[in-house]
Amino acid sequence: MKVITAENLTKKFGSFTAVDHISFEVEQGEIFGFLGANGAGKTTAMRMLCGLSKPTSGKGMVAGFEISKNPEKIKANIGYMSQKFSMYEDLKVWENIRLFAGIYGVPDKEISHRTDELLKNLQFEGQKDALVKSLPLGWKQKLAFSVAIVHEPKIVFLDEPTGGVDPAARRQFWELIYQAADRGITVFVTTHYMDEAEYCNRVSIMVDGRIDALNSPQNLKQQYDAANMDEVFHRLARGAKRNSD
Amino acid sequence: MPAVDVKGLKKNYGKVIALRGISFSAEKGEIFGIIGPDGSGKTTLFRILTTLLVADEGTAVVDGFDVVKDYKEIRKRVGYMPGRFSLYQDLTVEENLQFFASVFHTTIEENYDLVKDIYSQIEPFKTRRAGKLSGGMKQKLALSCALIHKPAILFLDEPTTGVDPVSRKELWEMLKRLKNQGITILVSTPYMDEAALCDRIALIKDGRFLSIDTPANITAQFNQKIFAVRGLEMSRLLSDIRAFPAVKTCYAFGDSHHVTVETGQNELQESVQHALYLYLLFKGHTNVEIEKINPGIEDCFMELTKADVV
Repeated sequence: MKVITAENLTKKFGSFTAVDHISFEVEQGEIFGFLGANGAGKTTAMRMLCGLSKPTSGKGMVAGFEISKNPEKIKANIGYMSQKFSMYEDLKVWENIRLFAGIYGVPDKEISHRTDELLKNLQFEGQKDALVKSLPLGWKQKLAFSVAIVHEPKIVFLDEPTGGVDPAARRQFWELIYQAADRGITVFVTTHYMDEAEYCNRVSIMVDGRIDALNSPQNLKQQYDAANMDEVFHRLARGAKRNSD
Repeated sequence: MPAVDVKGLKKNYGKVIALRGISFSAEKGEIFGIIGPDGSGKTTLFRILTTLLVADEGTAVVDGFDVVKDYKEIRKRVGYMPGRFSLYQDLTVEENLQFFASVFHTTIEENYDLVKDIYSQIEPFKTRRAGKLSGGMKQKLALSCALIHKPAILFLDEPTTGVDPVSRKELWEMLKRLKNQGITILVSTPYMDEAALCDRIALIKDGRFLSIDTPANITAQFNQKIFAVRGLEMSRLLSDIRAFPAVKTCYAFGDSHHVTVETGQNELQESVQHALYLYLLFKGHTNVEIEKINPGIEDCFMELTKADVV
């Protein structure tokens, strides 16, 4: 089953075409890496897919809803987490879970049960009453990811979730991603760590608003005769005309 | 005389301990990298060395001057690019550069040679306000402003965070050229793969240096046997490897898993490798490849911080 379908999705700001007729599909349970240089149009594309920005032209279906017609429905059916915004620092761990579960429409009766389950899964029961700002970054990000999927959405969008996280925590974070994908949650993720691109089932690489490559890491490496994804990325992104943002 | 000489620096913010006693020295003309995750104390250290923050304990000498007593001298001699963009958003590109030049009693013309390489890339946009620049251009302007007074030592706090791999490479090429012009560079980064681009590095975690050496010496000191393991089902492979008795650690590393193993005194590395191979076949894995590899900085960092991993 396809959970994301983009057909010639385009976004213009005045005369500037930020996203230029991109087309792709993402299957349920897939880990889809969305790569590109700064300024290639990733964020704009992701904002459209999350129902936050209306496409200038083209069509997109996310979680069964048309992005220009039902953006509110999309927001209720996805999870979102980024490095820049994840949780409220001045709230306790359980308060953040309570808040986001409520916003995402988890029934009140279920919230305390899900909170316990979430913390147990992270082996984090002892930190229920800790303020989020007191947690190490790696823990914060793992918690933020779990909170972003507390309502079992069809898709979770992750915008550079592991930036600045220490190497061991970064790997633990990816193990959580695998667990979510095994449960059927589709993971749409951007990253600047090219080793993480290898963990994705398929990867797309945006250059100047277009998707210039889309395939499994294995096939991309073969196609570009590259030893690793870093080399693939450099081959493609070196050709960019646009200034990075 | 080293460019930077630090002894026993400590700094607390209330109950939070940012630096737990840091000592090191950076030689003149070297690129010295301070590598570690967010929250490890990199920015605090940079603020102390650039005289913007006073340490609770310890001493730091920068270009021969004490950071507390001679802070005014140091400010003339160092360039500092903080992690967050801190130029004047409402001034144009050219006005920002002129401002920083005049604050340091110099002119753009006088030191143009030093910034030419970088500034020429943004010069076509010199009448644009800094706030309207793209991220990459802001960074180039900030670097130009940090260089315009011809500092002896350049402090760059996480210049590549959130920057894509291509732009990161460009920045490191610029740093190499600055080093060739005789500038000492202290640079912090959370990206372990950038370690190889530094002359020497310090690995930092929780306010402590774990190791200070050349990247080659740090990886040479890794005292474990390490293997790269590949197979068709990487996710299942990870948990199966971890369940193998002789395995100490197993982490995903891009297209392979890095595995360290326990070997008995008379046990050959080959026999452990072979046993692991047979075990994985028995578990139903296909296309299994196991090869002995040399560790990278990230392997070393994880080994040095292993005790912290929950």
